[in-house]
Amino acid sequence: MLAVIVALMAVPLAAAIASLTAPPRAGAAITVTSGVASFGLVLALVPAAAHRTLGYGSYLRVDAVSVIFMLATGFLYAAVAVYCAGYVRKETEGEEPAAARRYTRRFYALFNLFGWSMLVAPTMNSLALLWIAVEVTTVVSALLVALENTDAAVEAAWKYVLIASAGLGLGLLATIFAYFAGAQVLGQHYDLALSTVLHVGARLPHTPVRLAFMLAVLGYGTKVGLFPVHTWLPDAHSEAPTPVSALLSGSLLAVSFYAILRYFQIATATLGSAFPRDVLLAFGVASLLLASLYLLDQRDLKRLLAYSSVEHMGILAIGVSFGAPVALAGVLLHVLAHAAAKGNAFMGAGVFTVKFDSKQISAQRGAIDLLPWSGPLFLLAVLALSAMPPFGIFRSEFQIVAGGFSSHSYAAAAILVVLVTVAFLGLTASATSMLLRSPRPAAGHTAAPARGEPSVWMVVPVLAGIAVLLVLGLHPPGEITQLISRAVAQLGGAA
Amino acid sequence: MDPVHAPGVYQGAANVIATLMLVLEFGMLRQALIRDQIRLYAAQSALISVLAIVIAADRGLPDLYALAALSAALKVVAVPLVVRRLLGRTGHDEAPGVAGSYTFGVANTVLGSIGLAALGYFCFGALGIHSPVAPAAALAIAGAMVLVAFGLMIVRRDVASQAVGFFSLENAISLAALVVAAGLPLILETAFLFDLLVAVVVFAMLMRAHHARTESLSTADLTRLRG
Repeated sequence: MLAVIVALMAVPLAAAIASLTAPPRAGAAITVTSGVASFGLVLALVPAAAHRTLGYGSYLRVDAVSVIFMLATGFLYAAVAVYCAGYVRKETEGEEPAAARRYTRRFYALFNLFGWSMLVAPTMNSLALLWIAVEVTTVVSALLVALENTDAAVEAAWKYVLIASAGLGLGLLATIFAYFAGAQVLGQHYDLALSTVLHVGARLPHTPVRLAFMLAVLGYGTKVGLFPVHTWLPDAHSEAPTPVSALLSGSLLAVSFYAILRYFQIATATLGSAFPRDVLLAFGVASLLLASLYLLDQRDLKRLLAYSSVEHMGILAIGVSFGAPVALAGVLLHVLAHAAAKGNAFMGAGVFTVKFDSKQISAQRGAIDLLPWSGPLFLLAVLALSAMPPFGIFRSEFQIVAGGFSSHSYAAAAILVVLVTVAFLGLTASATSMLLRSPRPAAGHTAAPARGEPSVWMVVPVLAGIAVLLVLGLHPPGEITQLISRAVAQLGGAA
Repeated sequence: MDPVHAPGVYQGAANVIATLMLVLEFGMLRQALIRDQIRLYAAQSALISVLAIVIAADRGLPDLYALAALSAALKVVAVPLVVRRLLGRTGHDEAPGVAGSYTFGVANTVLGSIGLAALGYFCFGALGIHSPVAPAAALAIAGAMVLVAFGLMIVRRDVASQAVGFFSLENAISLAALVVAAGLPLILETAFLFDLLVAVVVFAMLMRAHHARTESLSTADLTRLRG
């Protein structure tokens, strides 16, 4: 399996370097190949990780929890890579050849580098290297957010890099206090490997572990988009190129949440589960409340989907706070299903933006008539995000709520159901407005857009996403179920 | 009542260096010129290297000599050079948008930051975390520096000061790391420093992009994205 992991680290990195030097058309082919190959490599890890932890020295470790997050990233990286083939061509239409070449090369190089950084982060055994990997995701994605080089994109990128880096400063402090806690048992010189720290978890001093966990939730929570440190998220998601928004929302937030889960494991081993669960519950409820209210009054489609991401990260935090095995299984399934659903929603939003030449919800009318594939597929993505059956998010949220009741967290489970319903209202009201109102010419145009899809490349990956959501909702494959069960046991849900 | 002992030479030196770093943080907070902010940042970074050498010598941690050298090369030389070259290209080394970028005025800013520093000092001090490597007061001072660095990023409304605030936040965390995690393997420390270099380059690129679009370093007009 070491060869698979090394290949997984090498393929997107090689694709990034190749995209920078290859002709623009080759960049698309390289990126699709890299995305599909990376997803295949992650799938190859599933059977092994479902039964054992793969550890290679102090710095590399892949277990069931890691592979679940890598699966989400791997799938989305592959799907969005295919989408990019159509998106980038549309984005550079009508530009000067030299400018189009420059944009295409930079886009594909950074896109592959972004995919690489998010695939590498969950393989890190050392908490210090995990922090570095998450910081690399920040700096690479900040450049992607600024890539359109508009006033709004540069503003969003600056706010993102400043707020996320400052937040990760707290994440670094968390790493240092985790090291200090471990040093009290393991001696002054050790490698801060997660496996080592977990092994001595019960003997670690409480105060530094408590502090490290709080700092990790605040620090990595900045990247997750937890309230009140979520402020960069709607700006960056709305101004980034749409394929990047899909990766930011479906993968990046999850990778940062993965870091919080690792600190949750350590804190639970040292302090017991009550304190870390209470902290996550508070952040989760606050994030869900904020997002569901903001979803009711959004005018920009991508900001709408960005607040939906804050909502879903809040659901993840609440799910972990329930602590029951069924809730943790729901959380891990939610990571996979949210990646597919949010990827689909953003890819649909990208098609709408190209078609209507605007991100404003009010300017996007009659999409169900004008976009014979993307219109209905976007509706399905919104229904999937709203936890409608038979999609994966219905199953995962059902499990989370069931876990809330089984752990006697009745009030929190009830709040979760109410706020998710409010979010559903906001999402569906905007979606129906875009899809069902009769088309009319956009500002500056004399006629409504013609019926038809901008590119077949922008439809095919959405179909794949729907297929994944149906499979996860109706009958998750046995190996995925086994993987999730093992991950739940690793997170302490088996106790 | 326990008798009060005077700190030893090593403890005294570590505390003095940490205190000087905090004083320089306040200097950065109130400086009107970017080039002076960068000089103060370089001086603060040099102090981190000196502290690493002091700890290495007194506590017998040879890795810290290498870390001190790497840190000095990067933070005292490379980072200021990158930022200065960038500002040289923009021609805004002494722009009024920077000199007048205080949100609350200099006096209020400094008074508020003194409050933040006191809060950080006493909160971190109250944690009761004692390291065998460095004195606990240095950790409390690092806590004060973290909050003042956050304050700097918040109250100064220009991209250069905000970037310097982030770099100095990293210095504050380095100080905390020297106190409580001096034994961290050199390879990880090196990776942290490399990561800082990458972050500095990205900050610099975005500062340049911001300046190219607005012909200013001020962030006062970054208000398009709301809601």
